[in-house]
Amino acid sequence: MDHCKGCSGSKVDKEIEKITKKYKGVDGGIISALHEVQDLYGYIPESVQKYLSSNLDISMSEIYGIITFYSRFSLMPKGKYNVQVCMGTACYVKGAEAVLKEFKEKLKINEGEVTSDGKFSIEAVRCIGACGLAPAIVVNSDVYGKVAPDKVDEIISKYANE
Amino acid sequence: MIKTSQELEDIRKNTKKDFKRLRIMVCAGTGCTSSKSENILEELQKKTHESGVDAVCEKTGCFGFCAKGPIVVIEPDQTFYEMVKVEDVDDIVSSLKSSTKVERLIPKENDKYIEKWHELNFYNKQNRVALKNCGYINPENIDQYLAMNGYMALEKVLKEYSQDEVIKIVTDSGIRGRGGAGFPTGKKWLFAKNVDSDIKYVCCNADEGDPGAFMDRSILEGDPHSVLEAMAIAGYAIGSSQGYIYVRAEYPIAVKRLNIAIKQAREYGLLGKTIFGTDFSFDIELRLGAGAFVCGEETALMNSIEGRRGEPRPRPPFPAVKGLFAKPTILNNVETLANIPQIILKGADWYSSMGTETSKGTKVFALGGNINNVGLVEVPMGTTLKEIVYDIGGGIPNGKKFKAAQTGGPSGGCIPEEHMNTPIDYESLTKIGSMMGSGGLIVMDEDKCMVNIAKFFLEFTVDESCGKCPPCRIGTKRMLEILTRITEGKGREEDIEKLEKLAYDIKKASLCGLGQTAPNPILSTIRYFKDEYIAHIKEKRCPAGECRALSKVVIDPEKCKQCGLCQKVCPTNAIEGAVRQGPYKIIQDKCIKCLACVAKCPFKAISK
Repeated sequence: MDHCKGCSGSKVDKEIEKITKKYKGVDGGIISALHEVQDLYGYIPESVQKYLSSNLDISMSEIYGIITFYSRFSLMPKGKYNVQVCMGTACYVKGAEAVLKEFKEKLKINEGEVTSDGKFSIEAVRCIGACGLAPAIVVNSDVYGKVAPDKVDEIISKYANE
Repeated sequence: MIKTSQELEDIRKNTKKDFKRLRIMVCAGTGCTSSKSENILEELQKKTHESGVDAVCEKTGCFGFCAKGPIVVIEPDQTFYEMVKVEDVDDIVSSLKSSTKVERLIPKENDKYIEKWHELNFYNKQNRVALKNCGYINPENIDQYLAMNGYMALEKVLKEYSQDEVIKIVTDSGIRGRGGAGFPTGKKWLFAKNVDSDIKYVCCNADEGDPGAFMDRSILEGDPHSVLEAMAIAGYAIGSSQGYIYVRAEYPIAVKRLNIAIKQAREYGLLGKTIFGTDFSFDIELRLGAGAFVCGEETALMNSIEGRRGEPRPRPPFPAVKGLFAKPTILNNVETLANIPQIILKGADWYSSMGTETSKGTKVFALGGNINNVGLVEVPMGTTLKEIVYDIGGGIPNGKKFKAAQTGGPSGGCIPEEHMNTPIDYESLTKIGSMMGSGGLIVMDEDKCMVNIAKFFLEFTVDESCGKCPPCRIGTKRMLEILTRITEGKGREEDIEKLEKLAYDIKKASLCGLGQTAPNPILSTIRYFKDEYIAHIKEKRCPAGECRALSKVVIDPEKCKQCGLCQKVCPTNAIEGAVRQGPYKIIQDKCIKCLACVAKCPFKAISK
């Protein structure tokens, strides 16, 4: 099994135990549980899926089906700094595509990929609702508004040295 | 502590008194929060305290004028400060001490300072009903909601009306679903009420997925209690004691405020058992969406709440008969619900006096794209697109021309200039090939290529199609392939006809609303901008100059100063010439249209 933050061998993180307990017997609680795991680790490790599967009595295939259906859940860890480029219509009309392209070129990765040093990942996301700031991007929880391609370098270097 | 009617009345009275005090309201919607409005609020609290100014500094919901954010409003005299920075706080506080105003922060219109926010052109033609409390109350304080006559409608309903009477008021008001489809709300409630079942559910659809729309988010962030109160009223009307709010996880502020609101309402006994001492019980649970556009479709949403992949179910059975957990269920949109308490208090006649013959009340739009006043606007139904774009929106920036407005997001269509005087209501918009949708309104200027826009929406639907039914899964993919080749200059003569045929089939055969409406952006752009499609296909030319593969980068020999910078920056050696040996030239076969030379040229001699 791949190495994961959540557990080592059969020992399961206390947090995961807590989450599982909280949603045991709750109708439709699996999605809420996955949300909490995703927030905790930044992805949903296979070992946690197995733990949830046996403890919440939901098959692995069903859990895998849910994770891959919803874009919020991921099977792989993201970069330390996750760059989300808003591709909502308002941002798109104001040039978000060029901003996304610039990030991809500068970081030499595609959407959904992580740089080899694990520092950056890029995501094209749906409307983040900051349409007044279009085009907007989010790095972890920092929002940048009115981003032009020539500002991309500056934003990247801000995090590259941290 | 559970409150009695009298205690609630006392809270209302006391809080109303507070409203007369000096209040500094800072917008804490997502837009202004992104521009660090929280720091402004903190600084205001600190500085007013230090300098002994007797003022309440509070966060409030979205004022709507997002282009001017962060916004600070001083109540009770309604002074409107725009684009406020933390550094402005000192001046604001000292102006309060001397009872003056900070002139540089006051918006100007036609060289005149507009001091009160309701007097701005942006607000003049608006009628804020669903957004009534946004920008006036602190959404995290239930007392302030109570002071705006909050939870009075719920009390009235429980004590004075029968279930049928509530449904009759909602029906008579003429309100229709604000999520997009426009189904009469009263009728929906009646269907669910008439089904015999021990358990029924009320669901609030807050999975606002239309990219570029943020109406529901702003209501949840600015006035969450109005939605809770309305859900309880709906619960009483249909005979349900459990509600669910399905809200996007991408809206963390809305989620946080909803959680606070639910907690407060439970504490006051406005949710829970035996509300207002009657035998009516009702509680609400939050469920988070996980980033799937299709979950805005009601049956997919119910699957998601049940903990499954959000794939739609065939209808019938309709949710009113067999919905969530196979029980009768109503699903209402956030904005629809936000209107309900006021309809109960002010009456069906009041509500139906606004709007047009078939579309009553007001509608909130998220105005975005190439428009000066980006923001949230609420107008009576029947207002024309022209009024929204020019009178409220302040027109198109940089002196560009209006080309089209897109309503209804990926399910809607483009409205060209010739239809700008169409009154906005459900029927009129459908007639001109668009739709009301949930309220996204994106304005596009003359530089936008309509084929490319159609492609943008199709990329969205292809990505978001859940894959359950083939017409949507495969059909939209085929349409996208055709659109892609058109924008790359490889379009074929028969492509337009092929698109239309595919569109017709997909609309007819898809299982849910996503597929049934996915072809709309293509059909409406073909309808109004066929010339552009033809130019792409036959002349291999993009009239707006947006499609890269079809654009031609040229150097203007008149403007070229023969400096050679462009040649140096060109990654493919596509520029020929030598310093001071005559104007440079681009070899089109080699040019990859990276536009590096356009950016580099100091004389703006290169253009696409």
